[in-house]
Amino acid sequence: MNAQTLYEIAQLHADYAAAVDAGDWDAWVALFTEDCVYRIVPRENFERGLPLATLAFDSRAMLQDRVYAIRETLFHDPYYQRHVVGLPRLLSQDDAGLRCEANYAVFRTKLSQLSTVFNVGRYLDRVVHTPAGWRFAERVCVYDSEMIPNSLIYPI
Amino acid sequence: MTPTTALPPWASEGTHRIPFGVYTDEQLHQRELQRFFYQGHWCYVGLEVEVAEPGDFKRTSIGERSVIMTRSADGEIHVVENVCAHRGMRFCRERHGRAKNFVCPYHQWGYGLDGSLKGVPFQRGVRKGDQVHGGMPADFNPAEHGLTRLKVARRGGAVFASFDHGVESFEDYLGPTILGYYDRLFNGRPLKLLGYNRQHIPGNWKLMQENIKDPYHPGLLHTWFVTFGLWRADNESALKMDARHRHAAMISTRGQAGEAGQVTAVSSFKSRMQLNDPRFLDIVPEPWWGGPTAVMTTVFPSVILQQQVNSVSTRQIVPDGHGAFFFEWTHFGFADDDAAMTERRLRQANLFGPAGFVSADDGEVIEFSQQAFDSTPGGHTLAELGGRDVGDTGHMVTETLIRGMYRYWREVMEAGE
Repeated sequence: MNAQTLYEIAQLHADYAAAVDAGDWDAWVALFTEDCVYRIVPRENFERGLPLATLAFDSRAMLQDRVYAIRETLFHDPYYQRHVVGLPRLLSQDDAGLRCEANYAVFRTKLSQLSTVFNVGRYLDRVVHTPAGWRFAERVCVYDSEMIPNSLIYPI
Repeated sequence: MTPTTALPPWASEGTHRIPFGVYTDEQLHQRELQRFFYQGHWCYVGLEVEVAEPGDFKRTSIGERSVIMTRSADGEIHVVENVCAHRGMRFCRERHGRAKNFVCPYHQWGYGLDGSLKGVPFQRGVRKGDQVHGGMPADFNPAEHGLTRLKVARRGGAVFASFDHGVESFEDYLGPTILGYYDRLFNGRPLKLLGYNRQHIPGNWKLMQENIKDPYHPGLLHTWFVTFGLWRADNESALKMDARHRHAAMISTRGQAGEAGQVTAVSSFKSRMQLNDPRFLDIVPEPWWGGPTAVMTTVFPSVILQQQVNSVSTRQIVPDGHGAFFFEWTHFGFADDDAAMTERRLRQANLFGPAGFVSADDGEVIEFSQQAFDSTPGGHTLAELGGRDVGDTGHMVTETLIRGMYRYWREVMEAGE
């Protein structure tokens, strides 16, 4: 792990934030490996070792199914998201990939309403280097904002 | 203002037109809290497995009052109000934990896990020389100053409590029909806690009861249900209530025969649409279902018991003023589930909760209904699908359960003091 790695992971995080903030769900899916894990977990469950997630996906196909639901079946108030992601903290690297984490804050803005803090927490990532560049093999969003303001539609 | 003048005008004796006022009036809300949550009713507080060991406690709410469920050394489960008998402080701040006793930090009054007052600092004053300064009056009796203790009902692993020690038995409260569906889910097998989801929905708390008493919307709002064949108009189904129409069960069994398109006259149905990952709907029937693939039980006023295929949970309703409520989901399984079944329950949990494929939109529509209730005085909702009367049915094409709930609501709310 060196400055170059830190730079590349920061770039990956920036690409991720750009994709979800733009609502570019195809770009979101493309940042994951085929057999990826993606979870959104209340900090309470995470710290108590309770396995329930708010969303728990175990493949890129499941992410695609969520995209279909966002586009076609879930009725909800439209809203913008804006992610502010802290610098990645690189933790360890082995054959399974590079483990790192970063703090995040997501602001939500509904049409013609004030912006609010929607969800804050920490990404726990395992990223792997692929021919296409760094990809998420695992992204677990552990959120402090355990009381969700009504519903959570888009990926965090 | 006398209590009766706070009641909104109903168009008739029936309950098929519900005045917007029942969702918007703060005085009415206070009366609901008093009459439904604090008197004469049992409210959900949790699962026994959440306080598995002596000393375990869980903080929760009944209505807008903070309560604590505890397990004492003798294995009993107690529910006490989180209000110090001295200065009224809500002393318990942790959401769960383990303790030998409770101590209010303000003046260190100490309580046993059953709520009894164990210690009052300087009760007998401070001795200085041969004088005693201060202290509580000689007739101060700690036995009279414990925490408010609630009546507790345990059945099949779930715990309910009531501030009203004169409340009927829990079994009588549910009535035989709803008790049957309750016992189907909570049949005494040890439970396994899977975790929580919490959401704050800006709508009146009754709207969530209505949502699960409304079989009209699932096939129309929740197009995901329809798209992937989980909801079909040929589902065998029944709606059942207790004798007072306050609780209900929506019971359905997935249709098996024929092309779903032939019986589902809903535009969102797409017979060729397949999940990219079918594991979301890796449904394995369980013996305890006894047939139905989904039973949604509304226990008035505080909880919904969910069995949707392999996903089981309680959904607790905690009012937050007239215009909002906390909605707290506790997902569980059973201690004898193998790893594959636990994984299945966790994966199907994606369908439910604040982000669920078929539940996220419920909170949204409730919010948008409340917006109109608050801005449009004199309006009313219309609940006339299936007629204007109240009764059990063998189909889902009716709003009879909503009419039934408001018949009960009127009985209780319009009664004299």
